[in-house]
Amino acid sequence: MSEPFLLRALLAGLGLAIVAAPLGCFVVWRRMAYYGETVAQAGLIGVAVGLALSLNLTASVLIVTLAVSGLLVVLSRQQVVPFDTLLGLLAHAALALGVIAASLVRGPQLDLMAFLFGDIFAITYVDLRWITLGGLAALAALAWIWRPLLALSVHEDLAAAEGTSTERTKMVFVLVLALVVAIAIKIVGVLLTIAFLIMPAAAARPLSETPEQMALFAAIFGMLSVAIGLFLSISLDTPGGPSIVLMLAVFFVVSIFPTVLRRGR
Amino acid sequence: MPDEVSLPVLSRHGHGRGHEHAHGAEYHHGVPGLSSPLAHDADALISARALELARGGRSILQGIDIDIRAGEIVTVIGPNGAGKTTLVRVLLGLEAPDAGTIVRKEGLAVGYAPQRFEVDRAIPLTVVRFVSMGRRASAEEIARILGHVGAGALAERQLSELSGGELQRVILARALIREPALLVLDEPVRGVDYAGEAELYTLISRLRSENGFGVLLVSHDLHVVMAQSDRVICLNRHVCCSGVPESVAQHPEYERLFGPQAARAFGLYHHQHDHRHDLAGEPHPSRVRDETGPRS
Repeated sequence: MSEPFLLRALLAGLGLAIVAAPLGCFVVWRRMAYYGETVAQAGLIGVAVGLALSLNLTASVLIVTLAVSGLLVVLSRQQVVPFDTLLGLLAHAALALGVIAASLVRGPQLDLMAFLFGDIFAITYVDLRWITLGGLAALAALAWIWRPLLALSVHEDLAAAEGTSTERTKMVFVLVLALVVAIAIKIVGVLLTIAFLIMPAAAARPLSETPEQMALFAAIFGMLSVAIGLFLSISLDTPGGPSIVLMLAVFFVVSIFPTVLRRGR
Repeated sequence: MPDEVSLPVLSRHGHGRGHEHAHGAEYHHGVPGLSSPLAHDADALISARALELARGGRSILQGIDIDIRAGEIVTVIGPNGAGKTTLVRVLLGLEAPDAGTIVRKEGLAVGYAPQRFEVDRAIPLTVVRFVSMGRRASAEEIARILGHVGAGALAERQLSELSGGELQRVILARALIREPALLVLDEPVRGVDYAGEAELYTLISRLRSENGFGVLLVSHDLHVVMAQSDRVICLNRHVCCSGVPESVAQHPEYERLFGPQAARAFGLYHHQHDHRHDLAGEPHPSRVRDETGPRS
């Protein structure tokens, strides 16, 4: 760990893995993978806005992800178009708009790949501060809503009849999701952010008996994937973010395999 | 004899308490100033007047008055599409009526067993953990409640591994752990065999006597309505008739709605369960158990 950039990359990745684990579990439980994907891809618009106005990119991305997250909550109540169709539509419209806007702002020489797949080796100390503060805020908020959010994820009507304030809880959750997505984009890019959320949780599911265990195993898988992925990336000179995500996929396959075998028999 | 049946449901309880709602919050819907002709029952755990609800241009609830008091078992029966579940959802505050008023006793603890419960395999959840979602309770309390509903052996099982009947018991345990003042059971005997149904009704009746909670029970099963019901409300978007079980069974509205066979079959529960049927349908004599224990 002689290189400071490598240490920063490792710290950023590990920090994100810890925050992503409990949040990713809820994304899986609440079937919001596509929702998160849409918010993440819209983050590219935030990148373009930040570049155009010379703002801090994490801040400009956060504003856009918060706005889009709120917009999606409103749109989820309409019944004209199935919600997943709408999400697919908006995700790609936002991605297209983001790519075009970023190109217009910076011209064709812009390193778009860094925003699509992240640039974990370019993490600065300022970025690390964002990740730490944002991550701690996200964890605190999740701890606060953990019990009601879990109850309404299991059965919303039952939770509501028992007095859980469902709307407020869901609103806090989508705001936390927007916050973590905004932090993650710098590290793993708009296209891999959701993978970083749902893959550790999915890998943890077969091993878990309780919701908290699942979040814990997800954190372990996430951190191992960061460490191994970064090591491979340095050794084989492969891109950082994709190397981590590929490791997550390996963990998922290994974890799910015994279950699939048992079912198949 | 139609005057055995009180119509509408609670006319005999409108004893001049006026619009005092000292006990609880009142939720007004619809046009202000056009209040229901009947006053709310101030003693009721939950009291609703003139509930109206339409969805997609179709009227689902029409002028429903209902009261549930402490220690009382109220059974709502009606054919599919009669609005039973909608009525429950409105009473629980899960859905807002288009018009009408609902008064809940302040701080009313509700235990609810919803009709539809699909276990989400994505969430790892033990039975104990699920029950504790109703209320933070000690392990001993949860074990005791699970024992009550005959689910003591299921404590450490995953929710996703349970059969339909086991899941029903566990959901009931979650409702009971809340120490409810009002227990709302929406078709609790779905997927439960007749012996299980008899056990469940016996249990509910016993717990009601011990704890004095009110019970709102919804059923589409016309053949077995709990004999312990204090009141049966026959619902088909509006209240067709209501009263003690026997009187409803003889009410012409009931017979018109469900047919003469249903009228004859009604309320058989309290004198028919002297035998059980095995899987092949052969009857076997058995005691009616007044205590439920874990079933193997």
